[in-house]
Amino acid sequence: MTDPRSPRSDRSRWNWVLLPAVVVPLIPALFNHEDPRLFGVPLFYWLQLAFLVISVSATLIVYRVTRR
Amino acid sequence: MNEHITEIVIFTALFLLVSGMGFVAARWRRADDLASLNEWGLGGRNFGSWITWFLVGGDLYTAYTFVAVPALLFGAGATGFFAVPYTVITYPLVMLVLIRLWSVSHVHGLVTPADFVRVRFGSPTLALLVAITGIVATMPYIALQLIGIEAVLKTMGVTGDLPLIIAFAILAAYTYQSGLRAPALIAFVKDILIYVVILVAVIYIPARLGGFGSIFDAAEAKFAGTPAPGDGILLNANNQLQYVTLALGSAMALFLYPHSVTGVLASRSRGVIKRNMSALPAYSLLLGLIALLGYMAIAAGITPIGTDVNTVVPQLFDRMFPDWFTGVAFAAIGIGALVPAAIMSIAAANLFTRNIYKEYIRRDATDAQEARVSKLTSLVVKVGAVLCILLIDPQFSIDLQLIGGVIILQTLPSVALGLFTRWFHRVGLIAGWTAGMTAGMVLLYNISNPANDHAHFGGSAFPLSKLGLDTPMTIYAGFLALIVNLVVAALVTVAARRLGSSEGVDGTRPRDYTADAGDPEVKDDLEPAGST
Repeated sequence: MTDPRSPRSDRSRWNWVLLPAVVVPLIPALFNHEDPRLFGVPLFYWLQLAFLVISVSATLIVYRVTRR
Repeated sequence: MNEHITEIVIFTALFLLVSGMGFVAARWRRADDLASLNEWGLGGRNFGSWITWFLVGGDLYTAYTFVAVPALLFGAGATGFFAVPYTVITYPLVMLVLIRLWSVSHVHGLVTPADFVRVRFGSPTLALLVAITGIVATMPYIALQLIGIEAVLKTMGVTGDLPLIIAFAILAAYTYQSGLRAPALIAFVKDILIYVVILVAVIYIPARLGGFGSIFDAAEAKFAGTPAPGDGILLNANNQLQYVTLALGSAMALFLYPHSVTGVLASRSRGVIKRNMSALPAYSLLLGLIALLGYMAIAAGITPIGTDVNTVVPQLFDRMFPDWFTGVAFAAIGIGALVPAAIMSIAAANLFTRNIYKEYIRRDATDAQEARVSKLTSLVVKVGAVLCILLIDPQFSIDLQLIGGVIILQTLPSVALGLFTRWFHRVGLIAGWTAGMTAGMVLLYNISNPANDHAHFGGSAFPLSKLGLDTPMTIYAGFLALIVNLVVAALVTVAARRLGSSEGVDGTRPRDYTADAGDPEVKDDLEPAGST
């Protein structure tokens, strides 16, 4: 009995987009600094929050591209 | 007369409002019959993007988080900010894992992570271990939600155990009645309240304290004045590895918790999950802002009530806001405790019903019986949580929760890796779990904390010097334990194959992992398999 549907797969080159979103926020050398401050907030805090942009964009790209 | 009377009135009114919603929720989204786990325990498995966003958000970002994370920054500084990278990386990390879990669960009618392990590896023993790990990790988490409510009550000058017991009795009653629909509906109110309160807080409070610049300066000055070497508004060379491994370890553990899985499985399709992976980080932004409340408390000169550092945020609100808005803020925290506590008790109850009751006590249980056992278990779980808080030192719950994070991570090889590969042998996974659990306990036991006078279980940062390495660096204990787990699992897998040990039957097919809503094997309105 053969499956009438074409085989579906979660494999996609686009999945690699997720990798930097996981790795970048785990490199303290990037964010463990006080200056420059943004509105008085040290870099340590605002940059780690800014990494959210990478996370959101990566997951959004993968969702859009792998949508059937 | 109590000076907090306005706060208490508003808190109570909002609390009663959402409790009413909890009871009405049983009728929400037309459930014909709540007498099955698909309905009571997973809300009909039909939640769309919005509901899932509120539900999972309300589930992961708990009252305890909102109180404890700023308390961490208040006490230790930058290390407490790990919650932000943790909740930033978790979504890209788990996206591809969760959609596979959703698919295989919908094809096979699975309700818990242990259900999956049972089908995939054909091993009731491994499934039992995963189920027990989940229950043990979840119980103290529920108890901690009470600590969030307690901190608020304490600040309002409400003392005694009775208010806490009443709050949890109401929660228990409507969870029993409405199942997962109750927290899903309440989550709307909870999140809107939290968003409003936090946005007001991060604009209004800094304005009163002279801006963010002076807030961070005050925090820096405070940490410079303490003898502790690890605190400060930046990381130092010794705690960076701990910071990174704790963030990564927690991110991997987050969606292994049974209550997270419950939220994911209740969604309608893979698309809903994928879309939520880019929408849920909105809560992480909120969490980052909430974390900074800890520094605002320093700048405002707040001191904890007694030794309970969890009271700093409620006190900050009390000091800064007009009474009526403080009441709203406290209600946000209190209701914020109800949503996750409900979902967690449902998840723990489902684990008991599916993987212990049905597996070992009553194999031929009908759907209605399963639902009834789950409802009763959810009550038992909540009574247990209340007793935990009332009879035992709350610090013990915090210790247990710390242990919970370490042990839930030990189910990663079976649950998360199991979704991608059947390479591990079931005997190897059992051996790895045992080794990882043992290693985790030994490591945690050997962590002392002079700050709170703990000789053992004093935190999650394990000094590498205790392994004989010549360094003052620390690492997350759960991360080390997971490495032990994986190495042992791999070695025993190879050994078991050599000895020709039986592999067990894999009840899944490759295409089950990519099935989506609309496919013939994925039923839209999941007819409960078997009866009715």
